[in-house]
Amino acid sequence: MILARVVGTVVATRKDPRLEGKKLLILKPVSPEGKDEAGYVVSVDTVGAGVRERVISVSGSSARMADGCKDVPVDNAIIGIVDEVAMD
Amino acid sequence: MYLGRVTGCVWSTAKDSRMDGKRLLIVQPLTPELKSTGKPLVCGDSTGAGAGELVYWVRGKEASFPFPDDPPPFDTTIVGIVDTVHLKRPSGAAPRERPTQPTAKGDRLSHRKSK
Repeated sequence: MILARVVGTVVATRKDPRLEGKKLLILKPVSPEGKDEAGYVVSVDTVGAGVRERVISVSGSSARMADGCKDVPVDNAIIGIVDEVAMD
Repeated sequence: MYLGRVTGCVWSTAKDSRMDGKRLLIVQPLTPELKSTGKPLVCGDSTGAGAGELVYWVRGKEASFPFPDDPPPFDTTIVGIVDTVHLKRPSGAAPRERPTQPTAKGDRLSHRKSK
């Protein structure tokens, strides 16, 4: 899993029917200290995250194990909203 | 499976219900020489690893296998706590830097070299 910040939303009308009703968000990966890192990713939201929130995102086939994503063609899903990160 | 060092932990309340009660730790991936490599990531924990501990972790679908009863949607999970790392130097290669992890029986690499 990676830490990421929600920076935007994606709207798509023509899409795989199994993606209907799924919220798509744009994520920017962040370091544990909160600094932005390179790249973006489009992710399916399963927990009700909003813009500017810090989230945990899972990639690969594990994304299909997220709530409501069984047999859905996704490879990235938001599975948690971060309350706090503590570095030792 | 990869080596890593636990450097922090993550709290989350709004999350997938199958993640309830499971610890989420921040892991810095390491090379076999125990140097940092790549970005820190969030791992589930099946071992009870703590801060600063040297661990090994798996990536991919297998990350949910340590929790067979109710598999959480993890793609990285800590599956072991490392006691020691033992590196054998390829013959003719330049000497490698010693791992920072102390070993109980001293310098095993130099012992092999003297043979």
